[in-house]
Amino acid sequence: MTSSAGSGPVRPYVITGGRSVPALDNLALETLVIAASGSAPEPRMSPESAEILSLCRRQLSVAEVAAHLGQPITVVKVLLADLVDAGLIKVRPPVPIADLPDKGLLKEVLDGLRQL
Amino acid sequence: MDSANSDDHYVADTVSAAVKIVIAGPLGVGKTTLIGSLSEIVPLRTEESMTQAGSGVDEEVSGKATTTVAMDFGRITLNARRVLYLFGTPGQPRFFPMWRHLVHGALGALALVDTRRLEASFDVLGHLEDLGVPFAVAANNFPSSPNYPPEALRSALDLLPETPLMICDARDRYSSAQALITLVDHLYTTASEATR
Ligand SMILES: Nc1nc2c(ncn2[C@@H]2O[C@H](COP(=O)(O)OP(=O)(O)O)[C@@H](O)[C@H]2O)c(=O)[nH]1
Ligand SMILES: [Mg+2]
Repeated sequence: MTSSAGSGPVRPYVITGGRSVPALDNLALETLVIAASGSAPEPRMSPESAEILSLCRRQLSVAEVAAHLGQPITVVKVLLADLVDAGLIKVRPPVPIADLPDKGLLKEVLDGLRQL
Repeated sequence: MDSANSDDHYVADTVSAAVKIVIAGPLGVGKTTLIGSLSEIVPLRTEESMTQAGSGVDEEVSGKATTTVAMDFGRITLNARRVLYLFGTPGQPRFFPMWRHLVHGALGALALVDTRRLEASFDVLGHLEDLGVPFAVAANNFPSSPNYPPEALRSALDLLPETPLMICDARDRYSSAQALITLVDHLYTTASEATR
């Protein structure tokens, strides 16, 4: 794998090993991710994956990870999915929120916004 | 690009789930401004690439053109357990293929309208309807904006009677918060009716 981390954009298919479909379909833009406790960058890891691991020592959304890395969402999702598969990144919540938000959730959002 | 080197870039440890609302509208309508007025982090930008025609891997391999869509987003911590993300999405029809993905799981959308060029928002409103995303409309007032009575705006935009419409100044935090509250209040009312 050619590494050009830190020297400008990397072509997506290079750093994702040719895959363009995330292994983990439940990674949404707003999904929160965090490094599993004790996980550390490994020698054979791509620089981008290592960077994700150190960035995620505390939790962030998938979109924030992509923005901080300066890589497209699609690329970051593939890298994250691999890290999840390897047990190095945890996804919170593990189950995606139901398609139709319930009243309780909307009330909670409303209360939060009213405090702004 | 800046990295999350300071701890307050992070989502609080107590937070266990996130929700999102989409801020939709044509270029220059005030999406980024509204997100910036409300966000607790400096609004971030990320890119989503999509293949022009359809679904995937084959086009990627055959090298068909991909379009890149830049999205601005911000974050609001609602309470100790939950954060809200606001995603600003561009309104040009060529970006619509990406919307299905973006709106999936969203609570709803706030459609921003510039009253000096209402027609620039027609595609956005039509597409939100097509996708079945519940939305409210916020009209941003610019210095040279014509002063439409609400009913004239409603009929020009062809809004359903139940769709909330408000005037908003995206530069103002209070006004922007009111716009979101109006949207979520509408979502709440609709949800309670559906489950009653
Ligand atoms: N007067 C007025 N100006 C606004 C408002 N919202 C945005 N603007 C200005 O309009 C310009 C475009 O706004 P921006 O947020 O970048 O639009 P976007 O392309 O939808 O993200 C900026 O110069 C803003 O300062 C508003 O509510 N009122
Ligand atoms: Mg913008």
